Amino acid sequence: MTMTFDPSTLFAIFFYGFAGLLVISAVRVITARNPVHAALFLVLSFFCASGLWMLLKAEFLSLALILVYVGAVMVLFLFVVMMLDLDIEHLRRDFKKFLPVAFLMGAVIVLELSIVIIRSFIGTNAPVQVMPEEVAANNTLALGRLIFVDYVYAFEVAGVILLVAIIAAVALTLRNRKDSKTQNIHEQVNVIATDRMRIVKMGSDMAAKQDTRGEKK
Amino acid sequence: MNITLAHYLVLGAILFAISVIGIFLNRKNVIVLLMAIELMLLAVNMNFVAFSHYLGDMAGQVFVFFILTVAAAEAAIGLAILVVLFRKTDTIDADNLDHLKG
Amino acid sequence: MQLTLNIPVLCAIPLAPLIGSLIAGFFGTKLGGNRIGHGACQFVTILGVTIAFALSCNVLSQVMDGFYFNGTVYRWMQLGELNLDIGFLIDPLTATMMCVVTFVSLMVHIYTIGYMHGEEGYNRFFSYISLFTFAMLMLVMSNNLLQLFFGWEAVGVVSYLLIGFYFERQSAVFANMKAFLVNRVGDFGFILGIGLLLASTGSMQYDVIFSQNTALAAQTLPGTSWNLITVICICLFIGAMGKSAQFPLHVWLPDSMEGPTPISALIHAATMVTAGIFMVSRMSPLFELSDVALSFILVIGSITALFMGFLGIVQNDIKRVVAYSTLSQLGYMTIALGVSAYPVAIFHLMTHAFFKALLFLAAGSVILGMHHEQDMRKMGGLWKYMPITCLMMLLGNLALIGTPFFSGFYSKDSIIEAVAASHIPGSGFAYFAVMASVFVTALYSFRLYFWVFHGKARWGHADAHDHHQHAEQGDDHAHHGLAPGQKPHESPAVVTVPLILLAIPSVIIGFYTITPLLFGTYFGDSIFIDLARHPVMKELEDEFHGPIAMAIHAFTSPVLLLVVLGVLTAAIGYLWAPKLPAKFAEAFAPIKKLLDHKYYLDELNQAVFAKGLIWIGSILWHRGDQKVIDGFFVNGSAHTVGRFAGVIRHLQSGYLYHYAFAMIAGLAVLLAWVLYAYLPFVR
Repeated sequence: MTMTFDPSTLFAIFFYGFAGLLVISAVRVITARNPVHAALFLVLSFFCASGLWMLLKAEFLSLALILVYVGAVMVLFLFVVMMLDLDIEHLRRDFKKFLPVAFLMGAVIVLELSIVIIRSFIGTNAPVQVMPEEVAANNTLALGRLIFVDYVYAFEVAGVILLVAIIAAVALTLRNRKDSKTQNIHEQVNVIATDRMRIVKMGSDMAAKQDTRGEKK
Repeated sequence: MNITLAHYLVLGAILFAISVIGIFLNRKNVIVLLMAIELMLLAVNMNFVAFSHYLGDMAGQVFVFFILTVAAAEAAIGLAILVVLFRKTDTIDADNLDHLKG
Repeated sequence: MQLTLNIPVLCAIPLAPLIGSLIAGFFGTKLGGNRIGHGACQFVTILGVTIAFALSCNVLSQVMDGFYFNGTVYRWMQLGELNLDIGFLIDPLTATMMCVVTFVSLMVHIYTIGYMHGEEGYNRFFSYISLFTFAMLMLVMSNNLLQLFFGWEAVGVVSYLLIGFYFERQSAVFANMKAFLVNRVGDFGFILGIGLLLASTGSMQYDVIFSQNTALAAQTLPGTSWNLITVICICLFIGAMGKSAQFPLHVWLPDSMEGPTPISALIHAATMVTAGIFMVSRMSPLFELSDVALSFILVIGSITALFMGFLGIVQNDIKRVVAYSTLSQLGYMTIALGVSAYPVAIFHLMTHAFFKALLFLAAGSVILGMHHEQDMRKMGGLWKYMPITCLMMLLGNLALIGTPFFSGFYSKDSIIEAVAASHIPGSGFAYFAVMASVFVTALYSFRLYFWVFHGKARWGHADAHDHHQHAEQGDDHAHHGLAPGQKPHESPAVVTVPLILLAIPSVIIGFYTITPLLFGTYFGDSIFIDLARHPVMKELEDEFHGPIAMAIHAFTSPVLLLVVLGVLTAAIGYLWAPKLPAKFAEAFAPIKKLLDHKYYLDELNQAVFAKGLIWIGSILWHRGDQKVIDGFFVNGSAHTVGRFAGVIRHLQSGYLYHYAFAMIAGLAVLLAWVLYAYLPFVR
């Protein structure tokens, strides 16, 4: 039995599937009561997005999305969410009150953006510009060629940004042990004598006085 | 049914709108705020990749590469701030953060 | 001695008195530490003025041979195309003025040695009068309006300093402020005139302005239909009104008698007050173009000549009589200017300088001899004690009233004839004014003479309680009059010699100079007269047959009759029947009251202008400055900013989500704005 599926139809089925799931899970991210659920739904959205990008023949990026974003960033999110002891009810107190305004805003934005898109692109049957052969063949190689040749400066800067992020994150959350002994040069230099020493005037010893009196006599 | 660029762009717009709604709804919960921001970035990335495919230009994907990097860095720092905030105030209610009140 | 009159020599003329003044001023006063004494100060200043006088005489003799100089000495500033220079213009008019100024100044300097002997501020006085000489010379020698104005203002300043010389006296301070402020009113008009000239001709140099005078005559003041030249000339004349004390800006001159007598002679008789007359003569090419301005000048001069003369009849202070006489004679000069007889005006200026300075200095000699008593009611019969002064005063008065063969006769009668020959509007009133003034002048001059030098001696008894009368302003001096038993005495030689030296030209100079000055080519191009429209000078020339003939002709004219009548009236009232004036005063009491209060002009000025300005100032202060500027603009704007900020600050709630909301809402609005054209239903 030969399945004569039109490739574009297959594409469309996959597209609508992934897109629908993406939208639903995105909605659940923002409406989930439990933040852990929200984080997990976000993971699902990323998976769907990755699928969509695979459809667009951006293989490297779709896998990078999963590895980097889901694997690192979302795991971090989950760490933090589970670490913090949150009072959910208090946080969701005004949820119902905000719903109408929020929905309105969202609708307005979608409408405006869609107007642009639809007016610009509907009706124009511009053919898909096909990428050159060597580019299309190996997406990673093409990407690498661009990054390390044309945009190498941006690449280096991105690296520095990551370095800065590391240092910032560590520095922000660093807690010193109370009993650690380190030098604080600033404090040491600003010391004055009265911090270290206290001169006490004491009367002479009574016993010693008695002794000498005895001797004098 | 031909899936054109417009479809992807509308999808991106919907994602963006969802994230904006999310910001409005969860104004007290800083963690969900951060997640909504990640969604926003995802929407933008979607646009870029779509344009890259349909216009045949690799630059879009390069851009996404860098956005990914920066998003990761920003999420890390944001969460670090969140942790420190929680240590100080024992809650992540954004209503407490009104020290910049005029 | 033929000296080459190049620029250094010409500069020496004003600079010599200036250097003398500076030396005396800095080293002789408390300012410089009182280093040099009286002798050195007077020597230095008199030397400076003598040099100026000698050089001026030389200049005059060379000018009569045809010397002419018009050039820039120093370029002070250049603003775009406008050059502001110090320059000299030496022509017959200038030379005449220079000689008059330096001669009278020299006489006054010598006179001061005797008059101010022993007074405090001796060195300061010499410094001031030398400074005045410098300023006046700069005024007359200038070749552009800016330098003229500099000299104008400088003489005003020095006049202020000198009137308020006894600055510890309240009345002196009041008088000097009055002089300066009234002068300033005139200067305002003057500046407007200069400004208009500058705007319409682009230069302040005389030669440039005069070369454009016909072009100016056709223009009107922008924005109005008034003739531009008329406006300019009237504005310039307002300046002359202030400086030369014409009605109504004459109010400062009688009060200026607060200053010592030498300056009354120098400044307020001979030189400063003639600056206005000089300026109008200098600007004759402009004035000749405007009949309206000339009529205006004529009327103002006539009013001054007539009404000031009336005031001279009722004065009791010897200096004030001479002051009002000066005002009246200035009116005469102004009348001469109005009928386009500029040479006659300058001629009268010159003769008047001599005999008026003589009269003032003689009055000063009387005051000195009476130990600083100025009230004529306490004098009388002084001819026995002060014969020289008496004779000098008689000569001065004869010259003033216009006795034939004296210098005053030639100049005054020329003015009267010029007015008779003129037909411009106002000349009828002017003729009446000059004729009436002849009678009035004779009356008050000989009233003074008879009352002071002849008749019964009214001094020497019961002076003690007169010291405490403060009836009139300016009567309180430090030392009053003669003590009982003391007799008046003749003044020393340093006082009487200048009198004699001034009396000589008062008597003879008219006779010798009338022909060349008025009817010769002496003034040449320095004065411009449009003989076609104002043929007064020509008619005068036609009727002139020489000085002797003029004098003899006078015996048959009504003018001399008026003079004699005036002298007789004075003799009746003050020599033969001394009780008569008092009875007259009672009979005409309201008129006497009006004259005593100087037509209530001072009261008017005080009540209207002074109070008015103070009122405006206080309104502007309370409402304008305090309420509007401080309250509304300054404090109000600060308050508004504060309130506005108080409202706006609520936007800064501190909540992150408010800020995010604001950002997104703004984004939505912005998008909507941009996308307005994309909406499907908008075509």
